[in-house]
Amino acid sequence: MENIFNIYMTGVGGQGIGMLSEIIIKAADLAGQTVAGTDTHGLAQRGGMVESTLRIGNNVHSPLIMKRTADLVIALEIHEAYLGTLNYLREKGTLVYYDVSLQPLFTRLGMEKEVTEQDIKTLIKSYNSNYLKVFDDSLNDPKMQNIALLAEINRNTLIPGITEEHYIAAMKMLMNDSVFERNIKIFCCQV
Amino acid sequence: MSKTGNFLLSENAFSETVIGNTAIVRAMIESDVRVVTSYPGSPTPEIASAIASIPLDNRPFYFEFSVNEKVATEVAFGATMNGHTSCVFFKSVGINVAADTFVQLGFYDLKGGMVIVLGDDPGANSSQNEQDNRHLTNLSYIPVYEPATPQETYDMFLDAVKISREKMMPVVFRLTTHVCHAKQKVNFGKWLPQTYDWNSRFHPLSSPAVAITTKALEMKRKAMKRLEEFREISEKSAFNNIISHNNPEKGIITTGVPFLSVSEVLNFALTKKPDILKLGIIYPVPSQKIIEFLKTHREIKIIEELDDVLEKEIKVLAFDHKIDCIIKGKQEPEDFVGEYTPDKVYEIISRTWPGMLPAREASIAASPFSARVPQLCPGCGHRPLFTAVRKLMEKNDITVGDIGCHTLGFLPPHEIGSVVVSMGHSVSTGSGLSINNNQGRVIAFVGDSTFFHAAMPGVLNAVFNNHKLTLVVLPNGTTGMTGHQDHPGSGKNFNGTAEPVPVRKVLEGLGVKNIRECDAYNQQKVIEYIKASFEDDGFSVVIAEHPCMLKKTREDKALGKFTGNQIMVNQDMCSLQLDCIRKFGCPSFQISSEGKIFVHEDLCIGDGSCMQTCNSRALRNNKKTKSN
Repeated sequence: MENIFNIYMTGVGGQGIGMLSEIIIKAADLAGQTVAGTDTHGLAQRGGMVESTLRIGNNVHSPLIMKRTADLVIALEIHEAYLGTLNYLREKGTLVYYDVSLQPLFTRLGMEKEVTEQDIKTLIKSYNSNYLKVFDDSLNDPKMQNIALLAEINRNTLIPGITEEHYIAAMKMLMNDSVFERNIKIFCCQV
Repeated sequence: MSKTGNFLLSENAFSETVIGNTAIVRAMIESDVRVVTSYPGSPTPEIASAIASIPLDNRPFYFEFSVNEKVATEVAFGATMNGHTSCVFFKSVGINVAADTFVQLGFYDLKGGMVIVLGDDPGANSSQNEQDNRHLTNLSYIPVYEPATPQETYDMFLDAVKISREKMMPVVFRLTTHVCHAKQKVNFGKWLPQTYDWNSRFHPLSSPAVAITTKALEMKRKAMKRLEEFREISEKSAFNNIISHNNPEKGIITTGVPFLSVSEVLNFALTKKPDILKLGIIYPVPSQKIIEFLKTHREIKIIEELDDVLEKEIKVLAFDHKIDCIIKGKQEPEDFVGEYTPDKVYEIISRTWPGMLPAREASIAASPFSARVPQLCPGCGHRPLFTAVRKLMEKNDITVGDIGCHTLGFLPPHEIGSVVVSMGHSVSTGSGLSINNNQGRVIAFVGDSTFFHAAMPGVLNAVFNNHKLTLVVLPNGTTGMTGHQDHPGSGKNFNGTAEPVPVRKVLEGLGVKNIRECDAYNQQKVIEYIKASFEDDGFSVVIAEHPCMLKKTREDKALGKFTGNQIMVNQDMCSLQLDCIRKFGCPSFQISSEGKIFVHEDLCIGDGSCMQTCNSRALRNNKKTKSN
């Protein structure tokens, strides 16, 4: 199973997981890597959870990844970061998440607690893993939080073999000009 | 034209990373499919998104969203009777609606050929069940292809169309959720656009097309003969192939997504890997190939998702041919449930053959936080409606939900719609609940796309038999849950403008006498109208309309018309009654670590539907403070 890099992505419907996944797939492709994956989004458009898997490597059969085998968990929201890490992150893996809380129903109704950074920290420690928290105060549009995360992924080379030029080229191919202009500022300003 | 549209129409061979739902559209183009129909339903609506990426004038085939799956199947059936290769696609449970026509298809000479694409949903990711549609294809004598990947989706579809056309018989193309949505680089072939002769090839005498009495049996004999001929194709097909690990002891027979999971987990094998017979044509099965495989292995495990359809066929073959081979199929009820993910297949193989795979450490603790449940979007008209209905409900009243976004009303805080079965059922189930029910009142709900899809006969029945209940129709102008497809009330169809059919006019035409209509945001009116409906004789309808705000907000943003207004909580006036959260329940209202209510600026669209909820008048509709 060596040489397969497993990425588990999670967030709330509408946060832009789909585009983030597309960019990483395209960037991996441009970097000459073989990539497969899939999205699961039952009722995601209604504020539900959306997950996406990406697997980079040559001996990949299933687009799905097994529990506790993700090398990298990418989360667009803190509750999803906790659950995604708990279920999918391997020992000595990495979590990168955008620091926004979209309180789930039972949290808002006072029936469950809100996930805090301390919860994440404790969990990550028990998995002997690392985490990176991302927040970009300059964002006017929450739709760009995915690109702020991508900038952090790039800056720390969290996905082996994919470099900045690949990400930029992928974004250029997948976005129309005006969207690209706005997003590249987010992506590059942080580099 | 979009990038997807461009590569889908490429005349040269090319490779592109796509999902299965996109790959199939290129296969339709290359294989000269000319008429395609559908009703939207996960996991298949992205097939239509890929079709939409090709502008109407460049589209090599006709496409429509029909009003339901049965109609879509019939339109495709009519087209193939005319000699045009046709294709219909819909979700798993869509076949239940289409069944009356679907089960007949095998009996006819389908001149142009016809492929029925089923989007099955093992794991019930976005369906009310995970039914195994192989039962329905088998009872209809229709052959079935089952690809495992986007590449196979493309390759097999070309084959399915070719054989369907040659044999003039229907072929089912069974996709499952993680084939539809799997992403992979697919190698596509060339396409030479040709001018197409749209002349009708229909002739009533050359193709008897009326299944009555004695004819019906003749037609069945023909269907069964064709099916047996197809078995020969299955026998020779390269899609039914053996992956050998030179293991005379153990073998696995599998198909589709479970095949991928088997291959994946066998990477961990500590012992010699079993040989694998991978079936791509799953009905009729290649009997000889299976018999050979059984004869050459001491022990066979059948790994199939959902029901034991292959298992039964294979065991019959083993019995009939007196093959001395241990055949292991489903072992416990849980083997019939859920998607065969690598995790699930790992467990099954470990249980079947202890020691083949390394033991996995059970290392996931129970989560103190439950999985997120979906919610109605901020601004959704269903939310004020449900808030109002909750206010007027008494203890023994019964609310009946239907399929659509509004199904989510069953969750707290509204808990409206405590029975949901199938598309369009609510008015008829509600009618049944109302018979001699003197304890409580019955209110049924249905969205507009579902109303047009399957609720109209139920409405007619409620009028005809004078059932005493209130139906609330919730038009939002679109098919929301599946990604905003148009319906007869939208004023548009897939290909352009269409005269909108207002729900009210249909109700009037169906004979409904008591119809009241208001905006779903107007809670006072909703309460007044539903209360009044309880006083009516017999059946009543309240139409509580509001456009889908997710769609409208997106459109407004694209046009630069979005105000960017947001609701603010005036903390000096807020008395923390929490009605905005506990009664109204918009996800934009959140609670800070200090226990204050605030509006989440990533979520609020400034629609203001919440403002009537706050008794303390602490909500203000302001221009967003942050610069845009």
